[in-house]
Amino acid sequence: MKDIFEIRIHGRGGQGAKTAAQFIVEAALSKGKHIQSFPEYGPERAGAPMKAFARISDKEIRTYAPVVNPEVVIVIDHTLLDSVDVTEGLGEDGVLLVNTPHDSDSIKKQLKFNGKCMTVDATKIAIEAVGRNLPNTPMIGALIKATGCISMDDIEESINHKFLKKIGEEKTKATINAVKKAYEEVK
Amino acid sequence: MTNSPKTKALTGAQAVAQAMRQINPDVVSVFPITPQTAIMMQFSQFHADGLVETELVRVESEHSAMSCCVGASAAGARAMTATASAGLALMWEILGVASGLRLPIIMPVVNRALSAPINIHGDHSDAMGARDQGWIQIFCENGQEAYENTMLAVKLAEHKDVMLPVMVCQDGFITSHGVQNVNLFEDKVVKKFVGDYEPKKWLLNTDDPVTYGPLQLQDYYFETQKQRADAMLASKKIYLEIGKELSKITGSNYPLFEEYKLKDAEAVIVVMSSTAGNTKVVIDKMRAEGKKVGLLKPKLFRPFPYTEIAKALANKKYVAVLDRSENYGANAPLFGEIKNALFDSVVCGDKDVCVPKLKSYIFGLGGRNIFESDIEDVFDVLLSDNFDNKVGYIGLRGEEK
Repeated sequence: MKDIFEIRIHGRGGQGAKTAAQFIVEAALSKGKHIQSFPEYGPERAGAPMKAFARISDKEIRTYAPVVNPEVVIVIDHTLLDSVDVTEGLGEDGVLLVNTPHDSDSIKKQLKFNGKCMTVDATKIAIEAVGRNLPNTPMIGALIKATGCISMDDIEESINHKFLKKIGEEKTKATINAVKKAYEEVK
Repeated sequence: MTNSPKTKALTGAQAVAQAMRQINPDVVSVFPITPQTAIMMQFSQFHADGLVETELVRVESEHSAMSCCVGASAAGARAMTATASAGLALMWEILGVASGLRLPIIMPVVNRALSAPINIHGDHSDAMGARDQGWIQIFCENGQEAYENTMLAVKLAEHKDVMLPVMVCQDGFITSHGVQNVNLFEDKVVKKFVGDYEPKKWLLNTDDPVTYGPLQLQDYYFETQKQRADAMLASKKIYLEIGKELSKITGSNYPLFEEYKLKDAEAVIVVMSSTAGNTKVVIDKMRAEGKKVGLLKPKLFRPFPYTEIAKALANKKYVAVLDRSENYGANAPLFGEIKNALFDSVVCGDKDVCVPKLKSYIFGLGGRNIFESDIEDVFDVLLSDNFDNKVGYIGLRGEEK
């Protein structure tokens, strides 16, 4: 058993992978965990493939290296599956979570991945809930269902903390509902 | 007694901005440069929200940012700015003015590569280019250290026997933009610790008129330089004293350098800033396999603690020094200092001292990743006892391991 629970998120610049990683660790922090999150600092172009990392641990986190062997991989944009090796370093005991309208079996077959894989159409959920293609937060709902590494209450609190002032009560509530819907629908 | 801090998820840049808010400097000059901008964005927000009483001066360049601090500090104000990379390079002339006039300016530096080629990512080229300008330099492993060292820097700079500017350095992006647990201490505790700046001589004191920066030619220039050099040397002891005082609040220690499993180590890595963290993880792993490996992490780079480091490294078998900057045609900056330190210990010290076999490595230029496996490879090379004294390059294309 590793001391540190590591998550790698694949997305495209502007899709909120970095923000999702930050929400996840903030939720873990409220349970007194040691946390770390950071994006892979590339050229930061909108639409370009990028990664963000999150670490959660009971002990102090000292490393600053990118996550190489994650417990969980989250893919925010399924069009990356053709161009990025998203399962790199992910063992068969790892979990792969993909935002896609397709079912998990077809993804496993496509990627030749034999571990646990779950999918959810987070894009559809986001568009229905908040009117914009922001699948990053719904994918946190999928993460909670698949691993329980953080709690729904804590994520709700981090989203409230970050969004209430910025986008108002209605949109914040819609964002949280999208997280909950993805939690229900992921399989 | 340790005061219970509030733990927050903050980037290293936000942690430093929080320290600046608590310090509430009289004057802060602001100019953006990646990756430092994150500090001043946050501090400017605090200013806009009325959380600080600071006179915020938006300047047109880093040369002006430092000039502004020089003017403010000479006038008797507690002055701060922050910079990185090309910004620090553009300040270079005024850095020497700040230290030469013995002005206790505090400057967080978010270490970033220098051009060309243009690169916005973390390495130590900027701070190394400014290391001989008479500034105290403290290097930080993480956001927590950057936060605490910013407080320490204020008291160190303003100490009557020091009166020198201080840079508080952290790794660009890696810690400046990485989110981690940061323990923030209560505002009133920090404010009490840093106290008020009470300059002995200040430009706007009409009851005791003084001049700053007059011409000194063959008559006094030399003596003034010697005083600055003496103050720099004296600051080492005062850094330790102020560190002890800060320990009472934070519970952390502030040594000249950190030792991690060093005492009985055969193979040692010397490295500064965030990579020291990665190295500790590797040491724990290799120690579990019975390998005697350890770390020496310099915190204070200027003044450089030669004697103390030589003592800590004497009689180790192998030492690799990892520099995050090049020094074209010369020893890499940290490696050169370590070699100097060990030479002193042989010439001036105990004849029983056995100097370790040394290896210089360059890594991480322009933000190139360094993985735990890279660090393990370095320890393996050391423990193999089969290596030459050529410079090694970690993670360089075409470089053999």
